[in-house]
Amino acid sequence: MSDLSQALGFLCLILCILFALFFLGTLIYFITSRGISVISWEFLTEVPRKAMTKGGVAPAIVGTLYLTVGAIGFALPLGLACAIYLCEYSPAGYIVNIIRLSINNLAGVPSVVFGLFGFAVFVKVFGFGVSILSGSLTLGIMALPGIISASQEAILAVPQSYKEASLALGATHWQTIKKVVLPTALPGILTGVILNVGRVAGETAPILFTAATFYTRGYPDSVFSEVMALPYHIYALMTEGTRPEIQTGIAYGCSLILLCLVLAVSALAIILRQRQRINYGS
Amino acid sequence: MAPEVKISAKNIDFFYGKTKALKDISMDIHANQVTALIGPSGCGKSTFIRLLNRMNDLIPGSRVEGRIVMDGMDINHPRTDVVDLRRKVGMVFQKPNPFPKSVYDNMAYGLIINGIRDKSFIEQRVITSLKKAALYEDIQERLNDSALMLSGGQQQRLCIARCLVVEPEVILFDEPCASLDPISTRKIEELILELKKDYTIVIVTHNMQQAARVSDYTAFMYLGELIEYDRTEKMFTVPSERMTEEYLSGKFG
Repeated sequence: MSDLSQALGFLCLILCILFALFFLGTLIYFITSRGISVISWEFLTEVPRKAMTKGGVAPAIVGTLYLTVGAIGFALPLGLACAIYLCEYSPAGYIVNIIRLSINNLAGVPSVVFGLFGFAVFVKVFGFGVSILSGSLTLGIMALPGIISASQEAILAVPQSYKEASLALGATHWQTIKKVVLPTALPGILTGVILNVGRVAGETAPILFTAATFYTRGYPDSVFSEVMALPYHIYALMTEGTRPEIQTGIAYGCSLILLCLVLAVSALAIILRQRQRINYGS
Repeated sequence: MAPEVKISAKNIDFFYGKTKALKDISMDIHANQVTALIGPSGCGKSTFIRLLNRMNDLIPGSRVEGRIVMDGMDINHPRTDVVDLRRKVGMVFQKPNPFPKSVYDNMAYGLIINGIRDKSFIEQRVITSLKKAALYEDIQERLNDSALMLSGGQQQRLCIARCLVVEPEVILFDEPCASLDPISTRKIEELILELKKDYTIVIVTHNMQQAARVSDYTAFMYLGELIEYDRTEKMFTVPSERMTEEYLSGKFG
């Protein structure tokens, strides 16, 4: 009887994982099979022409790269600093608990709300306009909770014995954090960054009113330029314009590029993480 | 004639929150001698040793009363520089805890945090310290390997060597052989006997034979109190307290 229930349970688990893999596989298959035909050197390197039906999507690729790098460049130092404070310096108490709770709640705010917030604060109040800067900051704030909690987990996972060893050698608290805690926590922190790069690169709503533009001929020339971005471009291709039969194909092509971009950034972070692990032998 | 006193603890009480973990401990630790602290688990011997380099500062809600003086410096005085104190009083822990870095970087750490940048000086100090810890012969080819690849005994000797780099005056050993095999344990004990020429050593141990083998003075603690403290050969042959005798003969523990 117990053998049977164990076998059934096992079967159930196998089915679940197959189910999940099935959808992952079909997603990659559909995007690739429909998108691959439009991808060419021209598609990757040229600006769109003839109301998006000809030419390429290079400005959108560049725009997405800028926005992602800008968002992580803003959110990583800030998030890491918050995590260090919360783990290492903040006194235990209910104010800190409220801070933690707020950060966790921030992660649940819908992305379109972040978009409106970014529009109100960065575009209007700070006067950055619809620009890479406004979009990066908005995306960065959206990525903050994820980066803070991943960094906190990584920092708390550093064995107390490492910290004791460092302090007992006469290191200050800050030296211990900088030279022992952070290097040991880095793989975990990078994992948090990887996960958030994927989210940030693919988000549409936060950049809708803060950074993205429907159509530009050229490339951005400063952080105050508005940009095209892949997710928004996909949205535009599917909802606007007059040649849906051509535009749908291009949208699949853009999706494929977006997937590859996220994969490339993640791969970079994984390589960094591996190298760190080898260096530190953990 | 008793050797010179290095550290003098007077009427030490220690509290974890409301729990009193040490009760009125007074003892002198002598320079260039090995002082062993023995007693059953929870008797406060680790708590006491961690007061000597103020590692208990890390425990929230802990409090110490009484005075510990080392070479005229009041260890617990608010103006005492704890970083400076810990450079003078090194510590080796129960579980070997090398950093997840190379052997060399583990060794150089204590110098780098002191702002020393001179590469040749660092290298020289690393090598002399490894030699003092009798480890250089074993691992001179592996200085760039991760310290975590060494055996447990080697890791513990690396931790000892790492603590020698900053030239401490006192070394605290908190059950240094608790996780080691007998051969590694013997090597550590030989090393401790060698090191006492240059350093004052305090060792916490569960192992009474170890205390008898390595120490000059032995303190027996029970439930936060210092029951007896005397020269080791006297403690193990003619203890004054009945409780010491019963513990040493294995009647409880």
